[in-house]
Amino acid sequence: MSLAEITRVSLAKDLRLEWRSKDAINSMLFFALLVVVIFSFSFDPTAEESRHIAGGLIWVAFLFAAVVALNQTWARELRNQVLDAYRVSPAPANALFISKAVGNFIFVAVLETLMAPLFMVFYNLRSIGPAYELVVVAILATWALVANGTFFAAMSIRTRSREVMLPLILFPISIPALLAMVSATTAILTGEGSARFWVVLLAVYDVVFTTVCLLLFETVLHAE
Amino acid sequence: MRRLFVILALLTFGLLTFALYEGMVAAPTEQTMGEVQRIFYYHVPSAVTAFTLFLINFVVSIIYLARRSPRVDALAVSTAEVGVVFCTVVLVTGPLWARPVWGIWWTWDARLTSTLLLWLIYVSYLILRRYSTSGQTPVIAAVLAVFGFLDVPFVYLANRLFRTQHPQPVYFGGPGSGADPRMTFALLMNMAAFFAFAALVVWLRFRLERARQDFEETQALEALLQPDVRSPR
Repeated sequence: MSLAEITRVSLAKDLRLEWRSKDAINSMLFFALLVVVIFSFSFDPTAEESRHIAGGLIWVAFLFAAVVALNQTWARELRNQVLDAYRVSPAPANALFISKAVGNFIFVAVLETLMAPLFMVFYNLRSIGPAYELVVVAILATWALVANGTFFAAMSIRTRSREVMLPLILFPISIPALLAMVSATTAILTGEGSARFWVVLLAVYDVVFTTVCLLLFETVLHAE
Repeated sequence: MRRLFVILALLTFGLLTFALYEGMVAAPTEQTMGEVQRIFYYHVPSAVTAFTLFLINFVVSIIYLARRSPRVDALAVSTAEVGVVFCTVVLVTGPLWARPVWGIWWTWDARLTSTLLLWLIYVSYLILRRYSTSGQTPVIAAVLAVFGFLDVPFVYLANRLFRTQHPQPVYFGGPGSGADPRMTFALLMNMAAFFAFAALVVWLRFRLERARQDFEETQALEALLQPDVRSPR
């Protein structure tokens, strides 16, 4: 089987599992909802003010929620030694990584699609800049979070208290990406300044780190 | 080996003492900032030392991924740990200097943020090493080191748009840069002393790590040789 086919099969399996159990999406959704509510209590934003801070709130909520899904990525494969089976199979390691990353991308994208209207309602948001740019930012930003996140989750399953470990190693590396996605979103929502620099930065971040992930994933998968 | 260490330690101690004198007494007092500026002789050498150690950590991490030699990994741990210590010195002396001169302890400008981020990344590296349970800690740590180092340019770029409060480099900074030769001398002496000190501590830490690796290896071997004994300890 080719890399694309293995990726497709593995992705289909993950999506089917998620469709039937809805483990990741349910916990992410509820978690994100809680974060939104807690933020709105702790900041008490007015309509004008909220536009300036919403970019930060949205992405911090999504980042936290994404960690919930990312933590489940590999934990599922540890049961019944599925991961060991992957290791001894001749399938390329990167097919596994790509399918997991794309799977997480889909989960987080669904979460964002469902949560975005809620943000608009709770914070009285209305984009002043071109709103379609938000979609571009969201795609690049989500990939930045899940590519590194999927990779680091594979590293953190090798540690004690792995659920705690993932954010500890993921957040420091993700800070520049987070800064870029927050600044881009704020620039679009407020209509002040252009988001171009941040979008380019995000795109370069995606390309560089995805490349490194693909180069090093096999090493991490076989580190046992 | 032990004698060499003692000699180097004494030399480093002498150099540090001399550099302390140069920085605190011999170098002229700066015109606008006054005595506070003398913290410069610690702040800058610590920063240069920390960044150098992180650079070495990145290089040896890549070498480790290619060669898988425990010696290289021992060097990676040592440089990361000592680098974090020196980076902490930078982050402590920075605000101490900023408060009287800028009137604030901290500002989110490019250099400060980058240094803080670098510190966070390497602390997470040390935490990962500490919490790792598999025998493959060095591999995972080396991978994280590569990610961490690649992150630095992004951190710097992302902060570039913010206004900067940190002064431009005093040396090689175009017209108007440069300092009194006594100041330059004091800085260079401190730089040399800090490098020597860092190298000494890294060496010590390296030997400790090697000893630990040997011990673990022996323990594993003993466990293999005596299958009936539950624990070799």
